[in-house]
Amino acid sequence: MLIHIVINGEKRKIHCGPDDMLMEVLRDAGYKSVKCGCDTTNCGLCTVWLDDKPVLSCSVPAMRCNNRNVTTLEGVQEEAALIGSLLVDEGADQCGFCSPGLIMNIIAMKRELKDPTEEEILHYLAGNLCRCTGYMSQLRAVKKYMGVEE
Amino acid sequence: MFTAKDYAMPQSVEEAYEILTARKTNYIVAGCAWLRMGSRRINTAVDLSEVGLDFINDTGDAIEMGAMTSYRSVETSSLLQENFSGILSRAVASIIGIQFRNVVTVGGSVYSRFGFSDFLTPLMVLDTSVHMYKDGVLPLEEFMKMPYTKDILVKVSVKKAPVIASYQMFRNAEADFPIVNLALSKTDGRFKVAVGARPGRAVLAPETAGYLTRALEDFRNQKDPKALDENAAQAGKILGDEVGFGSNMRAAAWYREKIAKVLLKRAIREVEGC
Repeated sequence: MLIHIVINGEKRKIHCGPDDMLMEVLRDAGYKSVKCGCDTTNCGLCTVWLDDKPVLSCSVPAMRCNNRNVTTLEGVQEEAALIGSLLVDEGADQCGFCSPGLIMNIIAMKRELKDPTEEEILHYLAGNLCRCTGYMSQLRAVKKYMGVEE
Repeated sequence: MFTAKDYAMPQSVEEAYEILTARKTNYIVAGCAWLRMGSRRINTAVDLSEVGLDFINDTGDAIEMGAMTSYRSVETSSLLQENFSGILSRAVASIIGIQFRNVVTVGGSVYSRFGFSDFLTPLMVLDTSVHMYKDGVLPLEEFMKMPYTKDILVKVSVKKAPVIASYQMFRNAEADFPIVNLALSKTDGRFKVAVGARPGRAVLAPETAGYLTRALEDFRNQKDPKALDENAAQAGKILGDEVGFGSNMRAAAWYREKIAKVLLKRAIREVEGC
């Protein structure tokens, strides 16, 4: 089946199966920042934006994305590099595996919330699991990026 | 993962129903968050995204949520934050993460009647009805007891009322499944109690509610905080006898029962404003 998707501003025609999820289709199309980390729909690593909303691409049927806009980490390189360097400065990049999904959600948060409290940040990022670095250093970097550090 | 041989995006509920019932293994796909964890073999996956069921509307005497409305919309809707003590918005806010809640839908969870649902328990203590395409309008309480049928859930409607409500849950970790949850509402002095994640489907506890309605009227006349705790303890005992709890890998039945009694007490304190 053929779908038309705008990925990172670029119009693409992509063949996919009726049971393919967006995550697999994006990887096959070369967007390798999108990964599956848990296989149980909760780790946040596969986060992309569908029409500017952060979603778990592992549970969005690719067919549903016909004629819609998808943004992956490859499409927000400038902001991603900035957040990446803030994470590095705080030592929050032990393995970096969860970073693509985390960064996509951090940027989505920046666009949705203004001057969030720590509680609001933790709530927004609760669906991004990290299993090695730890959340405190990430939180310091996120606060700097959001411009709300103490 | 589920498998599907074909994918349909109907433009109306009528068309969706026609496709759904054309073959036994045709199936509605909603948020897919739960569906993808199983291995269901679907012939035609029916997607309701283009039917126009993504809405939260105020009809004057009720608030309606379309089947394809996401949990994130429920969470951030000012209509739902301002009505029913905001319990529907608060109840879904603890589920996994924002990316997950942008995907999962009202219809997917209500139709599926998941035992672990954070959403169904508060809906049970409100005046909620479920609008099915074929079976028509059903009270949620009745719908909860029905077996799965080949039908399409179109929308969920919650009647407005001067209600004060509380939603309480207990999780081992934030964003995890609830171990047990409880909702309490008071409308014109009458209580309703529902318990979910027992781990079975949410149920109402009419005897507990009846006791609270009688006892708390006495309490209000005396305004003695000790009496409130005593009433809550007695209501907890009735709840334990009335509601069946079960064991699974998350918690044992006796543990759920103990926690539910604490949640009931907290809910009573919240609803009574003390």
